[in-house]
Amino acid sequence: MIVAKRKPFEEIKTMLKDYKKVLTVGCGTCVAVCLVGGEKEVGILNAELSMARKIDGNPIDLGATTLERQCDMEFLDELENVVDEYEALLSMACGAGIQFLAERYPNKPVLPAVDTTFIGANRDVGWYEEKCRSCGSCVLGWTGGICPVTMCAKGLYNGPCGGTDDGNCEIHKDQPCAWFMIYERLAAQGRLDLIMEFQPITAWQNQKPRTLVQPGYEKREEAG
Amino acid sequence: MKSGSNLEKVLEAGHFAFTGELGPPRGTSAEEVREKAQHLKGMVDMVNITDNQTAVVRMSSWAACLILIQEGLEPNFQMVCRDRNRLAMQADILGAYTHGVRNMLCLSGDHCMFGDHPDAMGVFDIDSIQLINMVKTMRDEGKFQSGGDIEDPPKIFIGAAANPFAEPYEWRVHRLGKKINAGVDFIQTQCIYNMDRFRKWVKQANDMGLTEKVYILAGVTPMKNVGMARYMQKKVPGIEVPEELIDRLKGVGKKKVADEGIKIACEQIEEFKEMKGVHGVHMMAIEWEHKVPEIAERAKVLPRPKV
Repeated sequence: MIVAKRKPFEEIKTMLKDYKKVLTVGCGTCVAVCLVGGEKEVGILNAELSMARKIDGNPIDLGATTLERQCDMEFLDELENVVDEYEALLSMACGAGIQFLAERYPNKPVLPAVDTTFIGANRDVGWYEEKCRSCGSCVLGWTGGICPVTMCAKGLYNGPCGGTDDGNCEIHKDQPCAWFMIYERLAAQGRLDLIMEFQPITAWQNQKPRTLVQPGYEKREEAG
Repeated sequence: MKSGSNLEKVLEAGHFAFTGELGPPRGTSAEEVREKAQHLKGMVDMVNITDNQTAVVRMSSWAACLILIQEGLEPNFQMVCRDRNRLAMQADILGAYTHGVRNMLCLSGDHCMFGDHPDAMGVFDIDSIQLINMVKTMRDEGKFQSGGDIEDPPKIFIGAAANPFAEPYEWRVHRLGKKINAGVDFIQTQCIYNMDRFRKWVKQANDMGLTEKVYILAGVTPMKNVGMARYMQKKVPGIEVPEELIDRLKGVGKKKVADEGIKIACEQIEEFKEMKGVHGVHMMAIEWEHKVPEIAERAKVLPRPKV
């Protein structure tokens, strides 16, 4: 899922300083699962902002709503009848959701309340680890199911480099070396031959904005 | 001859190579480079010029290489994958070659977070083994990485690093094999202190026939004092300093530690001269360039061969 973290409170407060009526829009998908932008977090943020603005003698009127998904136009229509009542929208969705909300309501300032952080997995309650950089050309088949593009601090394709230290990365003693793990896993599976071959230079797939139409839907796309 | 560099000629002729290292200044003083270079003149076959080592910004490696050439020394242009994409790399290779650079060392590079710009984006468009292959393709096929033709291709003697002291140990000799397959001509190893581990690594490389396909220069850095030894042991990733070595330095009394450090280095060099599969020594006398003449003398590697 997409993992995000809430922006520092002061940063959010500063963004809203000129507005008196704002709708906070949560998202019920990834950011709700990672406990940062769902219905509950919308409520908490609004309570904190109301309190802070009251103390400052500059009260703010905050609305709250949480959409099923902000990255899907059909769910954004729900706001159609309420948007006009607000000066600005404060989105708690990931960067994709925030941009779709801004595109759907182009006359309203749309402000981010979270920093989109990574594509990750849930290690434990409230604990997430980055797992994928969406490079567009998956190597997991020959790297023992461990992504070097994401997990190796240098994104090496022919690792491990000479900085491995007790099985950890040179950047930190608590950061496992991705290539050390890849080696160990493939050795245990008897598949080390997969990383013995020289891996040629990568043709990067993520250096320009990407659009994807699944093959089954191409026709509809052409028909417009 | 692949490049006709002095190092290549020395190695081809079967001499035991002796190479040095020089770190460019954090500023614009050509004088500082010349001063360091003077200590190395006639003492080594070639001088590595580091490339933003430990991720700290310095005068660019190729620029300092040109000063070395002006001073009559042969440089080894170090290039890390951290700071340049494939376009910048190939452009710098063409430019450096045009100005007389004939050796290169292809490295991954220390991570940005070690240096003075820890928030910088690490490029790593390609990795060090891919860099080796790119330089080889430029040299032998006269092609850019994109496949386009190069007019008057650069003839570079291609070097890379090897670290026998980083886990997984069993992997290290295979990584050497990958570098050979990618097209490397010579290897300079990480600083060696654990001789046992190094002997095992070379034996493995000999057994696999790798040392017949590549020249291996053993990395040596004399310890200046006990603090340095402790620092290398505890803080530098991928360097292994045995406790016995520190005990030996401590045992000689404070004033004689530097001398003992050189003595240990010379003993290592004597062993490397006899070691099957080792073709020379890379002397990394870090900020100790002025000591290289004394070290070379005591290591009995002088005079350097004229080839």
